[in-house]
Amino acid sequence: MIEESVISRTLGTALSTGGDFAEIFVEDKRSSSAVLDDGKVEELTSGRDRGAGIRVVVGDTTGFAHTADLTESGLAAAADAAAAAARGGGGGVRTIELTRRDAPAPNLVEIMPGDVAKRRKVELLTRADEVARSQGGAISQVSASYGDSRRRILVANSDGLLAADDQVKTFFAVSCIATGDTGMQTGRESVGHTVGFELFDQYDVAELASRAAHRALTKLGARPAPSGQMPVVIASGGGGVLFHEACGHGLEADLVGKSASVFRGRVGELVASPTVTIVDDGTMGGEWGCFAIDDEGHPAQRNVLIENGVLTDYMWDLLRARKEGRTSSGNGRRQSYQHLPMVRMTNTYLLNGPDDPDEIVASTDQGVYVKHLGGGQVNTATGDFVFGMTEAYLIENGEITEPLREGNLIGNGPEVLTRIDALGNDFAMGPPGTCGKDGQGVPVGDGVPTLRVSSLTIGGTAA
Amino acid sequence: MELLEIGDRVVAMAHAGEQVEAVVSRGGETEIKAYEGEIESLSSAQSQGVGIRVIADGRQGFAYAATFDPEVLAETLAEARDNATFATPDEFLGLAEPDGVAVADLDLFSEALESFPTQRKVDLAIELERAVRAADPRISGIESAEYVDVMAEGAIVSTTGIRTFGRETACYVMTYAMAADGDETQTGFGFSVGREPGELDVTVAATDASERATRMLGAVKPPSERLRVVLDPWVSAQFLGILAFTLNGEAVIKGRSLFADRLGHDVASALVTLVDDPTDPRAFTATETDGEGLATRRNVLIEDGVLKLFVHNAYSARRAGTRSTGSAVRGGFKSTPGVGCMATSMLPGSASQAELVALVGDGLLVQDVAGLHSGVNPISGDFSTGAEGLRIRGGELAEPVREFTIASTLQKMLKDISAVGNDLQWLPMSASGVSLVIDEVTISGV
Repeated sequence: MIEESVISRTLGTALSTGGDFAEIFVEDKRSSSAVLDDGKVEELTSGRDRGAGIRVVVGDTTGFAHTADLTESGLAAAADAAAAAARGGGGGVRTIELTRRDAPAPNLVEIMPGDVAKRRKVELLTRADEVARSQGGAISQVSASYGDSRRRILVANSDGLLAADDQVKTFFAVSCIATGDTGMQTGRESVGHTVGFELFDQYDVAELASRAAHRALTKLGARPAPSGQMPVVIASGGGGVLFHEACGHGLEADLVGKSASVFRGRVGELVASPTVTIVDDGTMGGEWGCFAIDDEGHPAQRNVLIENGVLTDYMWDLLRARKEGRTSSGNGRRQSYQHLPMVRMTNTYLLNGPDDPDEIVASTDQGVYVKHLGGGQVNTATGDFVFGMTEAYLIENGEITEPLREGNLIGNGPEVLTRIDALGNDFAMGPPGTCGKDGQGVPVGDGVPTLRVSSLTIGGTAA
Repeated sequence: MELLEIGDRVVAMAHAGEQVEAVVSRGGETEIKAYEGEIESLSSAQSQGVGIRVIADGRQGFAYAATFDPEVLAETLAEARDNATFATPDEFLGLAEPDGVAVADLDLFSEALESFPTQRKVDLAIELERAVRAADPRISGIESAEYVDVMAEGAIVSTTGIRTFGRETACYVMTYAMAADGDETQTGFGFSVGREPGELDVTVAATDASERATRMLGAVKPPSERLRVVLDPWVSAQFLGILAFTLNGEAVIKGRSLFADRLGHDVASALVTLVDDPTDPRAFTATETDGEGLATRRNVLIEDGVLKLFVHNAYSARRAGTRSTGSAVRGGFKSTPGVGCMATSMLPGSASQAELVALVGDGLLVQDVAGLHSGVNPISGDFSTGAEGLRIRGGELAEPVREFTIASTLQKMLKDISAVGNDLQWLPMSASGVSLVIDEVTISGV
């Protein structure tokens, strides 16, 4: 994207006031999307975002500036601004020798979405609309969206690193509304992978649309969720967000470093049921949160966070790792060239346990079966988290019975980890997610086998 | 180059018979984070871009680019034009047309921000962190202490005669603090907002964060029961933000509003008068023009409990057979205009929060909520969020409580409002807050 000699000189400029470390992150992202709503293909959007972010670190202070001007003078101006922000002391000219260190892509892209005719993308939308509406007269509204992006990045830093990546993602979602005597209910399904248009060889949008429609229809007859504490069974693939919130964020080294995590100082301790092993894995081919290199140029890694219940390590980015004299774990990510990187998850999941999933339900006397969780939120300092149930049922006498209306679940991360009293052998990844932290969104994946938490608080209205 | 001229240049390339609209924007942002008496990071950001909408033969297409490069402008227009050919024809599509409503002069741009030295911004962030640490001996750490300012200018030019320009500044300090007692940690936030740094009050931000964190120490999980609650302004503002979605004309015409057929009916307690007024300069989200270049205006949505109005942009208004209420919203130059409320507030009542607490007698003050994006469904109206706050006993604030949910439905909550406070607070979001008494919500705890 930019000549190596220009990058090298830009890094030199960034360090001219005496910084300890300088980095340039260049991004060229093209994206396209198409939306169908209310029976009409409403719009196709195409966009291009291209620019560079430069950071300079002096001691514990980071200066950052970005620019959409990728000429040498544009980059120099941003480098100067970043250097000034970091308030460097005495300077001097340094020359940075760059060494190319690309990492293997987690998977190959077969069909570049940019090469696919727009007509074919629109056909997917209209197909999803038809199928969703044919699921029943109560389906009163449908929207469907298609999106793809190709994000090429290049990272170079004053340690001599030079690495690049080409990240292609394709996404599809269907949302339905069903209307009945009790009002409206919603159902949504989405699929997204770090792959090209071949996504649709693997997934049928008709099936996705049908599932979204049935989720809305099922809830029309739903009764209010109960309130209070009870056992909760979470379905395979449907509840990885629980661990993203309950412990993932609390294992991010930047929050740990500020004492803003309940998991601080607990490495080596038993923090979860001994059956629990949790992994964050940026190498997981094709998953929504995978990549060859992170946004600091570090190769993606598979990191075991909790092994057989014992906390093994936190997740690290470059800055936090430098401070501790260790290496990054490949978790330095950013939303775009306009943002500073920080510690972020990739694909976070819980490994299989020993139990038969049907037996987990059968052995639950009274409780709630959560087929699908929505988004969540956590306060890492206290460990308290919430997440929404978008499809849930009552469990009565070991059987899944009536559907429940939506509500939040609430719990405390460290407590929930120790309350996992059954873990199935049917692991599956869930739908694509966007994780928000400090105003930045990045794509993440999650997955779980069927599992049971012996006690969680269900935030419904029924007594 | 001036933004209006860039817009003119795009519009001049329109073909005969097509409508073209250019949204041109440019902005700058400074963000300074302090940690342990030092700058943790200082980011300065400049961004710019143009979004182009084309409507031809009843079809709409859109494209954007984050540059003003003349060649790219032409390519982007061509891309938007191409995108339009794949859309479904819709007779109601069309750009906004000037409607004669005068644009208010709100003075949203402060020269003082432009000339404020970076070093003094740094000092504000560091002073904020110091003030939080000094506020109470139980403050154990700072998750964040930051100063942020934003300058934004934008132009909208269209073939239908829209040609507007506006610019605004805003800044804030914000902090998340931790308080500890033994093994227990609680958190609290505080902030102060202004058009320029001179309007910021670091002490208020620090004191609020410290008080919110320390007063939660010793919090327990409450029993599950039905209770009267007082929503703090910070919480009621978030509730109003969600409610505003249901009054959005696009949601109404597309069958996504639970109030679609309730115009002219009682939808709320008679104490409720809800207005959306982006021309009120006190609002953080005040703006002179909407996302299609029409003048913003004061819209009364609910009056004495009766639903009066849905907000509209040009498209939703045409479909609904009415006029735009100047309520086109867009997320910068990268998207087409949607419909939404921009600065919603409830008409305040006469009682202070302390008086409302006394009135409630036995209940709960909700000081913060979590998980609104996951637990509240504005289409079905189901409402369930994580919460923390203080129990109310004998008309006074009592022990802190946490790790519970409050649940109801939007429809029922509106009807259950039995008192409105006088403590209207302008917050850094699209709604302002006021203390509200809700007669019954379900508390889910132990």
